[in-house]
Amino acid sequence: MTITEKILAQAAGRDEVRPGEFVTCKLDLVMANDITAPIAIEEFEKMDAGQVFDRDKVVLVADHFTPCKDIKSAMQVKLLRDFAHSQGLTHFYEAQTGGIEHIILPDKGLVLPGEVVIGADSHTCTYGALGAFATGVGSTDFAAGMALGECWFRVPASRKFIFTGQLNEWVSGKDLILYTIGQIGVDGARYMAMEFAGPVIERMDMAGRFTICNMAIEAGAKNGIIVPDDTTLDWVNSRTTRDFQVFRSDEDAQYAEIYEWDAGNIEPQVAFPHLPENTCGISEVGEITIDQAVIGACTNGRLEDLRIAAQILKGRQVADGVRCIIIPGSQQIHLQATREGLVETFLEAGCLVSTPTCGPCLGGHMGILAAGERAISTTNRNFVGRMGHPESEVYLASPAVAAASAVAGKICGPEEL
Amino acid sequence: MLIQGKAHKYGDHIDTDVIIPARYLNTTDPDELAGHCMEDIDSDFLSKVARGDVMVAGKNFGCGSSREHAPIAIKAAGIAVVIAESFARIFYRNAFNIGLPLIESAEAAAGISDGDEVEVSLEEGVVRNLTTGEEYAFAPITGIAAELLEVGGLRERVRQQLVGQ
Repeated sequence: MTITEKILAQAAGRDEVRPGEFVTCKLDLVMANDITAPIAIEEFEKMDAGQVFDRDKVVLVADHFTPCKDIKSAMQVKLLRDFAHSQGLTHFYEAQTGGIEHIILPDKGLVLPGEVVIGADSHTCTYGALGAFATGVGSTDFAAGMALGECWFRVPASRKFIFTGQLNEWVSGKDLILYTIGQIGVDGARYMAMEFAGPVIERMDMAGRFTICNMAIEAGAKNGIIVPDDTTLDWVNSRTTRDFQVFRSDEDAQYAEIYEWDAGNIEPQVAFPHLPENTCGISEVGEITIDQAVIGACTNGRLEDLRIAAQILKGRQVADGVRCIIIPGSQQIHLQATREGLVETFLEAGCLVSTPTCGPCLGGHMGILAAGERAISTTNRNFVGRMGHPESEVYLASPAVAAASAVAGKICGPEEL
Repeated sequence: MLIQGKAHKYGDHIDTDVIIPARYLNTTDPDELAGHCMEDIDSDFLSKVARGDVMVAGKNFGCGSSREHAPIAIKAAGIAVVIAESFARIFYRNAFNIGLPLIESAEAAAGISDGDEVEVSLEEGVVRNLTTGEEYAFAPITGIAAELLEVGGLRERVRQQLVGQ
C-alpha cells in the first residue's frame, strides 16, 4: 500500500484498503476558517448535534478577512468567537493570536504524521508535508466532522512524483509544484493522491515541502503527501510531545502513474493568468510589467520565504509605482522576521508589511487590483478576478521571483537584477 | 425527479471563484450569494436564468476553493442540476451535501448548446436535448450521493444518525 492508503486503512479500522473503495475514517482534527465556518455553524446547529465530538480536535481560525475588513466579516468572526467560547474549544485563533491557518496549525504541533485531517479550506492538503492525510472539504462536511468525529472518503489512487538531481540557484519548492501542475494540468490529479519523493525532496526543508503539498489541490488532487523522514521528525518533535505514527509507502505500492524529473532541468517558474497550469520558465516570460507584488499566503508566508525575499530586497528599492506587499504568515513569523532584521530590510526597500491575513490572495482585502492591473504573487491561484477586478491579472511565482520582479517593475528572476 | 429547463453553458475549469467571487463571502444568505453567481464571466446570467434551468460545462467544473457558497449560489439562482464532462472533487461533495444533483456526461456536455431546452430524468439516467432531439444516457446516481439526494442533504443524514445513536 501507499502511505495514503495505509493512513486511511488505519483510521478506518481496516488491514487494507484499495483505490476506489469507500471508507469511514476517524478524524484526528477538523478545521474551518472565517469564510467556511459560519455556514458550518448554522448546519451544525440544525443537525441538533449539541456538543462537538472533541473540543481539543475542532480548530477555528479567523484569517481570511481579518483584521475584519467590514461589518459583515466582523459579524462572521464574532460568530466563530462565540461558537468557540460556547463549545469550550481549545483552539480558536484570530489575527492577533495566530495567523494563516495552514501555517499556524503545523507550527503549533496540531497536525502530526499519520493523522487524518479535514479542513473547510481547499489548501488543507498542505499538512501532507508532515506525512498526514489531509484534505479540503466544504462547510457541511466540516459540520458533520464536528458532530461525528468521522468522515467518509473514497480511497484515492496515487500518483508519484520523483525529483532527482540538484536544484538550480533560486529554484524552490514553489517552482517544482508549478512545474508539476504545468506538466499534468489543473485536473491532472483529480480525485487522486500526489506523493512527492526523490533526493531533491529529501534534501528540502519543511517550508518547501509545505509549499509543494499546498498546491496539490491546484492539480485537482485530494491530497498531497510526503513520507516522513528525519527532517519531518526533527520538525515535529520540536513542536509536540503527543504520540504519532509514521507510515511509509511499501516497495511494491501501486501507483496510477510515476513521473521522474531531473530538477536540474527546471528553472524558476511563472504561471500566467488565468490557470496555475499556464506555466513557463523565467527565461521565456518576456516583458511583463507589474503594478503589485505579493509575498506571503499559506503557500509562501513562512520565515524561510521571507528570508529569501529579504536577501534579494536588501540594499535595493522597489520600482517606482509598484506596491510590494509582504505578509508574514503568523504573528510568530512576523516577530521572528522583525528580530532578524527582515522587516527593516523590507521597509527600507519600500515594501508594505502587513499583519497576517489571507487578504489579497482571494481578493478579500489588503491589496485588491483595479481593472487592467497586474500582480506577481507567491499565492496559489490566478483565476479570473482572484485578486480583485475581473480584468486584473495574477502571475504566480516563488518569493525569489516576486521580490526580484518588485525591484525591476517587471517579471524577472533574481539573476537579472 | 424530472427536470426541464434552459441550458446555460460554460467551458472547462469553471472555478468556484468565478461561480461566486470571494468578495461576497462575507454572507451566508443563499439569495444574496445567488445575486452574484457567475457575474465575473457572465454578467447576464441572473437576468437569463429561471427556476428549473440546467447548467452545462466542460472539464473540472467547480475547481479551486472549497467554498460551499458556490453550489449554494447555483442552487439558489434556480439551477436544478449541473451537467459537466467532469467535476472537481470538493465541489462534487459539496453539491450533493446540499442536495444539488450533478451529472457527469461528456456526451451531454458536448452535445448541449447554450440556450437549448433540456429534460433530465435522474431515475432513468437520461438527458434529453429537446431542441435537437438527441438523448444521452448516464449512469444513475448511486451510493452515498443518491442517499444524500433522497434525505435532502448531509445535514439531515447526520441529524438522523445522531438521533439513532
